Amino acid sequence: MRVYDLAHARAGDKGNSVNICVVAYTKREYEHLTLYLTNKVVLAKFSQIADGPVTRYLLPKLNALNFVIENTFGGGVTTNMSIDVHGKSFSSLLLTIELPGISNESL
Amino acid sequence: MRAMAEKVRVGAGAGYAGDRWEPAAELAEKGEIDYLVFECLAERTIARESLARVNDPLAGYNPLLSERMNAVLPVCLGNGVRVITNMGAANPVEAGRRTYQIARELGFPEARIAVVLGDDVLETLKSMPHLRFTETGTPLEDVLPRVASANAYLGADSILSALRTGAEVIVTGRVADPSLFLAPTLYHLGQSYDDYSSIAAGTVAGHLLECAGQVTGGYFADPGCKDVEGLARLGFPYADISRDGVIEVGKVDGAGGRIDEQTCSEQLLYEMQDPSHYVTPDCVLDVTTVHFEETAIDRVRIVGAKAKERTDTYKVSVGYHDGFLGIGEISYAGINAVRRARLAGEIVKERLNLRGITYDELRVDLIGIESLHGHVMFGEEDPYEVRLRVAGRSPQKKTAEAVGLEVDTLYTNGPAGGAGTSQSVRELLAVQSVLLPRNLVKVSVHIECGTH
Repeated sequence: MRVYDLAHARAGDKGNSVNICVVAYTKREYEHLTLYLTNKVVLAKFSQIADGPVTRYLLPKLNALNFVIENTFGGGVTTNMSIDVHGKSFSSLLLTIELPGISNESL
Repeated sequence: MRAMAEKVRVGAGAGYAGDRWEPAAELAEKGEIDYLVFECLAERTIARESLARVNDPLAGYNPLLSERMNAVLPVCLGNGVRVITNMGAANPVEAGRRTYQIARELGFPEARIAVVLGDDVLETLKSMPHLRFTETGTPLEDVLPRVASANAYLGADSILSALRTGAEVIVTGRVADPSLFLAPTLYHLGQSYDDYSSIAAGTVAGHLLECAGQVTGGYFADPGCKDVEGLARLGFPYADISRDGVIEVGKVDGAGGRIDEQTCSEQLLYEMQDPSHYVTPDCVLDVTTVHFEETAIDRVRIVGAKAKERTDTYKVSVGYHDGFLGIGEISYAGINAVRRARLAGEIVKERLNLRGITYDELRVDLIGIESLHGHVMFGEEDPYEVRLRVAGRSPQKKTAEAVGLEVDTLYTNGPAGGAGTSQSVRELLAVQSVLLPRNLVKVSVHIECGTH
């Protein structure tokens, strides 16, 4: 099961960090994400494009998680040479993360 | 004294410098709005515009100002809709003059344009080289010889002063995005700049609206998963804010797009770090207590934002020259395309090496394979086509140009089947931030009204 199946996401940048909000479709999916979509899992997926650290903020009223990923593209403040200067496509990478199935454990 | 309203309707006319302007005209004509706000300044826009001003003292404001003003001023000046915008960028005075000129040409010689000044703190910073950048911790003096611009993010109080002059249009340079919306809210509802529950409502409404179409279904569609109707005629949002702090976001009936809890949630957290501690010049906002409720189709009620006291500093965005970026691209297709593209990249690197040209940074990407996120495990098969991109950064323009020229020579000297080259060079501007004590920033309001 992918994060894509449980939630939608949007990325934005500030300095040399990128934030990605992950909005679960339902409370049940939010609970599942809080269990399995950890900072460690996110940083592992972004290891080629960010040094971290990753910080996670929980917003239970919105069924949302906000991830802040620091030192993207090796810390180049605003002169990074990637096509995606702002890291706006990063939400799409996060949505590809594979998680354990949601079958019974969080029902 | 005028009677204070129970409710105000503020519309968003732009979400960035190059945004569409028809949706702004639609809001002005059909949205029954009290204020129309154009937010047009991303982090680097002022630095870029300050370069334009160096070349032409009459330039340096938003290049689409005339289009936008011509599209909305006939309705706004005719119907008493006041316009607020940061399109002044690096030259607010000239933007104000141009706006007055347009108003006069449209038949409104009595129009008054208020220009907010004081965000440009470059001279002040020159005497404070010891200040350190919040991003890297390095001192400002390292970049002072290359600095292009330094602008403080002013708050809603700067615009409140301008609104009190009675001017129909308010043009600013750097003002924090939510403040552009908070100011008319406080002014219209007669609320105090020290009333933090009112500031919370106006700030969260401003944050939701500041990217315009990003809350009405723009930057949201994913066909088959999250569908959005009518993105070519996407409607821009307005917010109804009432005295008790209840906000409702909506759009003009029949305009494209959608507004629901999903679009609002994505936008609420856009560009936000700690959601309980979002610092603006007006307050420290907490959105963890925000709650959305869909009250009708394409209409969402927002309650629950909280705000704490504002900090005693302004964030200042410092733009400085950071050399030149040269880029060259070429495409390959069909059988073995990826290997031919990789070979092409190796050839370019070797050529630059043979010619003794070095770069601060040289980057080779295969677009379609690994240009955005590095090599991601995602299916097995190579794509049918791939585009090589080589980018090099150097303090020298000529050195940067060499990248594109070398990629271009792959036509006759490189692997088989190379096609569609392109090359470009652009000046790079870096942006970092410092914090400046509030008492070092002096805001003033200047009026353009055709008396000179």
